[in-house]
Amino acid sequence: MAGWLARMALVCGLMVSAIAGVAHAQKQGGVLRVTHRDNPPSASIHEEATISTDMPFMAVFNNLVIFDPDSEQNRPDRILPDLATSWHLSDGDRKLTFQLRDGVRWHDGKPFSSADVKCTWDMVTGRMDGKMRKNPRKSWWFNVKDVTTNGAREVTFHLNEPQPSLLVMLAGGFSPVYPCHVPGNLMRTHPIGTGPFKFAEFKQNESIKLVRNPDYWKPGKPYLEGIEYTIIPSRATAMLALVSGKFDLTLTGELSSENAKEIQAQVPQMQCIVQPSNTQGNLLVNRDKPPFDDPRLRRALGLAIDRKAFSEILSRGLNKIGGAMLAPPEGLWGWSPEFMETVPGYGGDVEKSREEGRKIMRELGYGPDKMMPLKVTTRNVASYRDSSVILIDHLKSVYIQGELEVLDSSVWYARLLRKDYAVGMNVQGTGIDDPDVQFFENYTCGSERNYTAYCNPELEKLYRQQSMMTDFEARRKVVWEIDRKLQEDGARPVIYQSQGATCWWPHVKGLKLAVNSIYNHWRFDDVWLDR
Amino acid sequence: MLTYIIRRLLLMVVTLFGVSVVIFLLLRIVPGNIADILFDSAGLIDPAEKAKIVADLGLDLPLPQQYAQWIGGLFRGDLGFSYVSEKPVLDEIAPRIPITARLAALALFFSIVAGVPLGVISAVRQNSGLDYGLRVLSLSGLSMPSFWLGLLILMFCVHFFGTIPIYDRAPETFWAWFAMLAIPAAAVGFRSSALIMRLTRSSMLEVLGQDFVRTARSKGLSEANVTYNHALRNAVLPVITTIGIETAFLFGGLIVTETVFNIPGVARFLVEAIRWRDYPMVQNLVLFIAIIVVTVNLIVDLIYMVVDPRIRYSE
Repeated sequence: MAGWLARMALVCGLMVSAIAGVAHAQKQGGVLRVTHRDNPPSASIHEEATISTDMPFMAVFNNLVIFDPDSEQNRPDRILPDLATSWHLSDGDRKLTFQLRDGVRWHDGKPFSSADVKCTWDMVTGRMDGKMRKNPRKSWWFNVKDVTTNGAREVTFHLNEPQPSLLVMLAGGFSPVYPCHVPGNLMRTHPIGTGPFKFAEFKQNESIKLVRNPDYWKPGKPYLEGIEYTIIPSRATAMLALVSGKFDLTLTGELSSENAKEIQAQVPQMQCIVQPSNTQGNLLVNRDKPPFDDPRLRRALGLAIDRKAFSEILSRGLNKIGGAMLAPPEGLWGWSPEFMETVPGYGGDVEKSREEGRKIMRELGYGPDKMMPLKVTTRNVASYRDSSVILIDHLKSVYIQGELEVLDSSVWYARLLRKDYAVGMNVQGTGIDDPDVQFFENYTCGSERNYTAYCNPELEKLYRQQSMMTDFEARRKVVWEIDRKLQEDGARPVIYQSQGATCWWPHVKGLKLAVNSIYNHWRFDDVWLDR
Repeated sequence: MLTYIIRRLLLMVVTLFGVSVVIFLLLRIVPGNIADILFDSAGLIDPAEKAKIVADLGLDLPLPQQYAQWIGGLFRGDLGFSYVSEKPVLDEIAPRIPITARLAALALFFSIVAGVPLGVISAVRQNSGLDYGLRVLSLSGLSMPSFWLGLLILMFCVHFFGTIPIYDRAPETFWAWFAMLAIPAAAVGFRSSALIMRLTRSSMLEVLGQDFVRTARSKGLSEANVTYNHALRNAVLPVITTIGIETAFLFGGLIVTETVFNIPGVARFLVEAIRWRDYPMVQNLVLFIAIIVVTVNLIVDLIYMVVDPRIRYSE
């Protein structure tokens, strides 16, 4: 017995010292230096849809809840409290009530309260004019009927229907809580948050500086004294600057896998991760304008695409193949490989698919001697142009003779809005690996980001059905079917899912990236420098 | 002389007015405006919100009214607000001008200090090994793309010195500024000095063959005296013109160097402002560059008089 006690005491002692060791291992101080690719359009996360804004400014804010940074995959079952301490569902899962943290202050010293949460979601749902210039994720909150407060420490989201994904959307980097008392234009230039870092400076085309919030509500955090982003538009310069040790970390997903290899060849100890960027290349097909108002032609178009060839040419096979939802194992909701084989145009036998496409085209009166002329429109951005050129080559296999039309970015959306295109090559990102985000943002009737105005009331019923489902496996099956239907309908045929690399020096500790989103892990309160 | 200067100053005003009209109209002819670009960056289409931005920024006003607002503001010292940063244009432009001015001055210094003497040496030692070497050097300077040279320099520094001479924060002392800008300025100066060297050489060769040089030599003057006091003084006029053109170029045309060395100067800022259709920023920056160009031209013309007393503009 005495021996057992002695052994237990020794084990406990070792555990205590190990924990203490870990707790004391983090070093306070130092400024994390990060390369940034371009000038963020503004500092207001709610108004932007780009990692250029999300990554540098996420650390200024807190969410109600947040994805567990220790989980490599952003998952609905791995969500932690942030400004909320707890939450519960009531009224048949139509009310989601959060208890809020006490003693939290905004960076300007004003107290945080439930009114701020209400304000934020009244603004993003469009019920209140928050002086935002644009609201790119309004569609996320279609199900939020109202937000009410009960005292300063309790807030309730009232939903039209139960929606398990609401918590997931609240946990994303694009869902920070904004202060009620700060006007919208100031949030674009001088954001005020409750987060671990205070905004210090944003010099256009030059740098973004954040400094440690000494009054952060998490005791002892953050470890860093500050974070400095330097805007370096030349990727070659940014890579050399990282290699020289002038910077600690690159903007996430900005490098290609080849860039990462090159950096690691020069600095073998450099940490680099290649992961899906939740960005996909897809086709915009104008279904309202002849000839693509004919579903047979849209189908033939989809059958011409060799997705593997796209991946090989654009990324040496690294880009993933899938539907609207990110493919597994990184993605939670993407088709299994077996299911994917059953989706038209995704089977391994490309020649068979193309033969089917040619058959359709022959029925429509086209053939090798009578190719269908088609303008493929795209933005004047290298990644868009490259994909378009490959697409034009593939279309020849089904008797379509494509011609590339390159547009300046400033007129791209205007043309989409006017439906002044036949087929467009598009690249788009999604903040969270979640079916509600994907379907309601991009495929519902009337959504601002539904460029092709694809509207299928039957499918919309299925969107809502899956949105209410709590059984993950059952829901995933419905999601797969919806995704299959979207691809079959040529709603926005997905061609590839991109990958991007992030590199950092080994002295950057505590950095945790998610494999299924690049947008959600930039709070930096656990990051420290071991120089 | 005074009449000439006054006449030139009046001409400057007319030129700047012309530039202001042209840049104002050109910007509005280019497809898309700030609202398009803002929505492009957020990847969505919302005609109502877009129309609101257009109205808020006064882009729906008639063009003459927009122009009058801009010019009227200029006379009051109000350059307007940047559409992107929503800060006063002056606050955005002012910190960038000294950066570009320092880089341009240093580059110009390098190019003159290297270009003129080497051009003279090359001419005096025509067809010698040294001349051939210098001609190869100057041709390399002219034909080597700036971005490539810049990247080579950066790679060299990273590989051999483990550091990179790019701008990452504002230096606090004169020497820190010098150290930071010296390498980009040398990269820019290499091209300019090559141009100046070739021009000096050809000018010198032309002058060295003229009668007055032969006369000077026959009087028994030293070769240095003949070269520098007689030949160079007569050969330097086209070089001064070129230096003037280069000075104007250096104030707004260093986009590649500023990008590669990550210098937040006027040129990079201007290109970015054009991309965003940030009209107030572009208009004022272009006007500023135009002022530099016409001023430098005037200075060059005045220097002609000092260098060559035969030139009298008042006549």
